[in-house]
Amino acid sequence: MIYFDKVSKLYSNNSIALEDVTFQIAPREFVSIVGHSGAGKTTLLKMLIAEDRPSTGQVFFESLDVHQIPKTKLPKYRRKIGTVFQDFKLLAHKTAYENIAFAMEANGRSDEEIQENVPQALALVDLDDKAWNFPGELSGGEKQRVAIARAIVNQPDIIIADEPTGNLDPIATYEVVQILKKINDLGTTVIMTTHNKGVIDELGRRVITMDEGRIVRDDSEGKYML
Amino acid sequence: MWTSLKRIIKAGFVGFWRNTFVSAAAIFVMTVALFVVGGSMMVDKLLGVSLENIQNKVDINVYFVTSAPETEIFRIQALLEGLPEVAEVTYTSREMALEQFTKLRQNDETIMRGLEELGDNPLGASLSIRAKETSQYEGIDAFLREQKAAENPQEPLIDEINFLRNKEVIDKLTAIIYAVERFSFVTMIILVLASILITFNTIRLAIYTTRDEISVMRLVGASNSFIRGPFMLQGIMYGIVAGVFALLLLYPIVLTVGPQTEQFFQFNLYSYFIGDFGRIFLTIVGSGIILGMISSMLAVARYLRV
Repeated sequence: MIYFDKVSKLYSNNSIALEDVTFQIAPREFVSIVGHSGAGKTTLLKMLIAEDRPSTGQVFFESLDVHQIPKTKLPKYRRKIGTVFQDFKLLAHKTAYENIAFAMEANGRSDEEIQENVPQALALVDLDDKAWNFPGELSGGEKQRVAIARAIVNQPDIIIADEPTGNLDPIATYEVVQILKKINDLGTTVIMTTHNKGVIDELGRRVITMDEGRIVRDDSEGKYML
Repeated sequence: MWTSLKRIIKAGFVGFWRNTFVSAAAIFVMTVALFVVGGSMMVDKLLGVSLENIQNKVDINVYFVTSAPETEIFRIQALLEGLPEVAEVTYTSREMALEQFTKLRQNDETIMRGLEELGDNPLGASLSIRAKETSQYEGIDAFLREQKAAENPQEPLIDEINFLRNKEVIDKLTAIIYAVERFSFVTMIILVLASILITFNTIRLAIYTTRDEISVMRLVGASNSFIRGPFMLQGIMYGIVAGVFALLLLYPIVLTVGPQTEQFFQFNLYSYFIGDFGRIFLTIVGSGIILGMISSMLAVARYLRV
């Protein structure tokens, strides 16, 4: 489904973000990417959503070379991928409901679909009662759950979660991971980067370990080994 | 397509209301900018009118000797009217001249007594000539001098041609007005440009505060036009509201200075404002709309490029 073929990324000051990274991810997998800060985890995800370009190598989504997609077609491609970030990246001037609805509106979905799917997504992350709150009125865990609801509402093929629990307390972390697991069980591929040993050990799924831009381990039922 | 447009419009309105402070700041700055545009229009109109007034005052007067027969005067009038550069020739008979003179000097006893003692009308008839263009007066003056030169010295007709006497004053006034007009034009251009830049920067700053949101919108797969639309609509709304505010600010000012301009320039600025309101409204609100829309478009484009 996703294939990284000898991907390297060098920045202008000759710092290496990624070096000769090759791996593939099958549909319905739950893959965690672990590593120290600066190991290249976020760069890897940025390559996948075409926010950054590799210096050499290619990234494929199914048979599509991600970096050959014309600019005008990028929004359509990105709609296949739901993204969740450490800092939530919610639209501050929109309510939880509107944040989720926005992703559907941008996708050109009908008003009826929006009215049907947004409450479902909110229910999935257990936030039905906070639909009309603005992000500023929500806790960190709640914000992240809104972000997850937004990421899944368009039924994407993949969910990318970049340090989704980085800003959360242990309980909120547990809740978020449970939601991601549930989404994966429902058939969506999940790629998550994390620092959290407890999360990795609890998941017991595939773990890719990175160090200084390279993949140093790739275990199908990995533990946190840094 | 229609759904998209509807959503863009809704998002534009919601953004306008929810970002109250940013909207208020942008509207304030744009109001000042559009007020400058409106003020410039008024000043420009006043200068134009005063220049026109002065140009209308330029004329050549030919004074005939008191013995000149009317038929001869009418002959010269007909000749003058035949010239392509002449716009208008007005005849003032001896009687009319005397009437105007006495009316003007009725309180001056010495002069009135002098007139009575003379018994006869000492004033000659005259022709007042207006050219189509100020520059054509020299030609008309030359023509009249030719006429005077061709006269029979025994029966003089033309007493005096006053062009040269007026010319200097008129030239000087015209030069002053042109200079003032040019200066005010340059000042206005600078002011208007400064206003546009300030507006552009304010809107850019307003959008800068939402740059993270723009990147989020892109990440959830919103197309560029879907992101740009609401911001452009907000820019247009800033323009409309600021345009109306600028007009509301201008109204009491022209209302107050209207009578003064009437006195000084024989032109009532208030009547002009009311009479030509449609055009002024379109110019100011239209400038606001274009300014707001383009500023927003350019400001958002910066964050869509990545």
